[in-house]
Amino acid sequence: MKVPGAWYLALAAALFSIGAIGLLVRRNVLVMFMCIELMLNAVNLTFVTFARMLDDVGGQTAVFFVLVVAAAEVVVGLGIIVSIFRRRSGATADDVSLLKG
Amino acid sequence: MLEAVWLIPALPLTGFVILLVAGRRLGDPRAGWLATAMMAAAFLTSVVVFLGLVGEPGEERVFTQTLFPWIESGSFHVDVAFLVDPLSVTMALFVTGVGSLIHLYAVGYMHGDERFPKFFVYLNLFAFSMLMLVLADNFLLTFLGWEGVGACSYFLISFWFEKDTAASAGKKAFVTNRIGDFGFMIAMFLIFATFGTLDYLPALGAVEGASEGTVAAIGLLLFLGAAGKSAQLPLYVWLPDAMEGPTPVSALIHAATMVTAGVFLMVRVNPILGAAPEVATLIAWVGVLTALFAATIACAQNDIKKVLAYSTISQLGYMFLAVGSGAYAAAIFHMVTHAFFKALLFLGAGSVIHGMHDEQDMKRMGGLQKWMPVTGATFIVGWLAIAGVPPFSGFWSKDDILLNAFEKSPVLWLLGLVTALLTAYYMSRQVFLVFRGEERWKKAAPETAPGAHVEPDHQPVAAGGHGTAAAHGAHGDFKPHESPRSMTIPLIVLAVLAAVGGLLNLPFTGWLVLEHWLEPVFGHNLHHVTSTGGTKFALALTAVAAAVVGVLIAAAIYRRHRIAESAVEPRLLQRAWFVDELYQKTIAHPGRALSQWLASVFDAKVIDGAVNGVASLVRDGGTRLRAVQSGYVRSYALYVALGAVGVLLFALSRSL
Repeated sequence: MKVPGAWYLALAAALFSIGAIGLLVRRNVLVMFMCIELMLNAVNLTFVTFARMLDDVGGQTAVFFVLVVAAAEVVVGLGIIVSIFRRRSGATADDVSLLKG
Repeated sequence: MLEAVWLIPALPLTGFVILLVAGRRLGDPRAGWLATAMMAAAFLTSVVVFLGLVGEPGEERVFTQTLFPWIESGSFHVDVAFLVDPLSVTMALFVTGVGSLIHLYAVGYMHGDERFPKFFVYLNLFAFSMLMLVLADNFLLTFLGWEGVGACSYFLISFWFEKDTAASAGKKAFVTNRIGDFGFMIAMFLIFATFGTLDYLPALGAVEGASEGTVAAIGLLLFLGAAGKSAQLPLYVWLPDAMEGPTPVSALIHAATMVTAGVFLMVRVNPILGAAPEVATLIAWVGVLTALFAATIACAQNDIKKVLAYSTISQLGYMFLAVGSGAYAAAIFHMVTHAFFKALLFLGAGSVIHGMHDEQDMKRMGGLQKWMPVTGATFIVGWLAIAGVPPFSGFWSKDDILLNAFEKSPVLWLLGLVTALLTAYYMSRQVFLVFRGEERWKKAAPETAPGAHVEPDHQPVAAGGHGTAAAHGAHGDFKPHESPRSMTIPLIVLAVLAAVGGLLNLPFTGWLVLEHWLEPVFGHNLHHVTSTGGTKFALALTAVAAAVVGVLIAAAIYRRHRIAESAVEPRLLQRAWFVDELYQKTIAHPGRALSQWLASVFDAKVIDGAVNGVASLVRDGGTRLRAVQSGYVRSYALYVALGAVGVLLFALSRSL
């Protein structure tokens, strides 16, 4: 049985929404970080689906770029998070609001 | 020989530059001699150019010399070029001639002044500007000279700037002249827009083809300029105050040369006036009214120089009357004779002031003939000339104007005649008060008429080599003295010229040298006298009668004392019809009030308000917007999400 492309897209949309809502409602920095990863991978899934449906390899190429950039982003992001946790333990994202206007 | 024309302005310019650099080192009196030598050389060059021009046949007496292009911008092209024709050469001759004599006089008059070299720097710069003005080949170069003489006039009026009155008189002259210059500039714009050039010959040659309205507007605006420079109604107010300057300045700039620049300009643009007869009529009326108005004021002034200043305004009015009547030759004729006799009178007045140790109030003089014989004798020649007593020069030139005015309109003639009577009257009054009668300066405390303008002794910088006579206040223990040779020689030369200057042009005979000489410049615009010999003779006789009556009235009052002096010197005339006060009330006060309002209300509220308003707008906006910058990552994420949704909605709405 062949799974229709629209299902993949629906799954990607669902994953993206979960990630977006999670980013907005959660305070834990690590969880927010995982939500971002979830959103990125939802987009990756969309790219791959379209590449398959349209028979265009460009979509898969874009995924590679996203993966590479996401890896770099994880390095920087985790570095920041680690340095925050070194200064104060158990901080939530709302505690780090030094740039408040 | 004509090619030497560039030397005429170049010589005073050289003098100016040398004096500017080395004037202090040359000092008193060598700086003065250098300036005088430069003027004399310019005069000789003018004579050479004049002879060259005489050598040409009548109709070919036009020569232009282009030195270098001055301004080139698109179709706008102006050269530094000179126009040599009978008119400009006549002007150059009398400017340099009278100028040399006055320079010579100034060497004696300014002796002992601490800024002696600087005086001659200005004087030579003035001569250069004036010569550029008259010799220029286009309106713009004339305007350069026009502004140059204006600036020099300002410098020289306020030469003794330690005196408040002198400083403000200079400012007054400058500001009043700006009004006129504004007219001149607009006229130049119009001329360029209409004729596409500012050169005299092509522009004036094209006048006949231009629309009447434009030509009339150009004529009117140029006349506004001329009225400012030549002190005509209603812009004359600066000239009486200009007497604050040293007397040679009054003689050179404010009697003989600069103030005639307006008349010269009107004569130069005679084709424009020929094509706009209404403007010419207006000029005639303004001229004759100025002449009459100023003459009435001169009758009641007590300051020896103020009388002459108002007299100058009055005589300039005559010249404009001539211009308006189409008698351009008569205007130039009167300009030349007036330069002779008015320079003579001013220099004579300066000599009197010098001899009286800086006293200018005529009511404190009297009987000076005995003490200053040369000054007295030459002054009397000047008096007879300006009063219009034949055969002195003023009679011929004034009569030429009155004759032409009569043919324009008998009313103009009548007003001119009344002015002639008044002229004879106030000049006789001056002569009687200064040189005749009792020696009033002997009185220890002479009474002063109310409103009389009493000069304060002009302190250390005062003219003359009597700086040690500090105790001038005690008028009783000093004797007036005759002036030095360098001052009396110009007086004598000018007296001779004032006596025989009429020979240039004798209106009742065929002897019209000046008119024939100038005729090529005017062509058919020149009004030719058509009256018969009988009319001419009757008019001349009336004019002489008017002069004699004027003299007799003055004699009756100021010699025989038939009527009290105070009865004929009403306050109204002493204060010059309160025109200064009127201008003060109507122009200066509202102007000051407007400035006050602008400073205290407009500047404080509107200008400062705008600046402060922008600042507080930014500050308030920032205060409101800082709430957005919460520092919470989730709220930023929300903005991003909302933005993304917005973009998405926009894209969807566009694609549907």
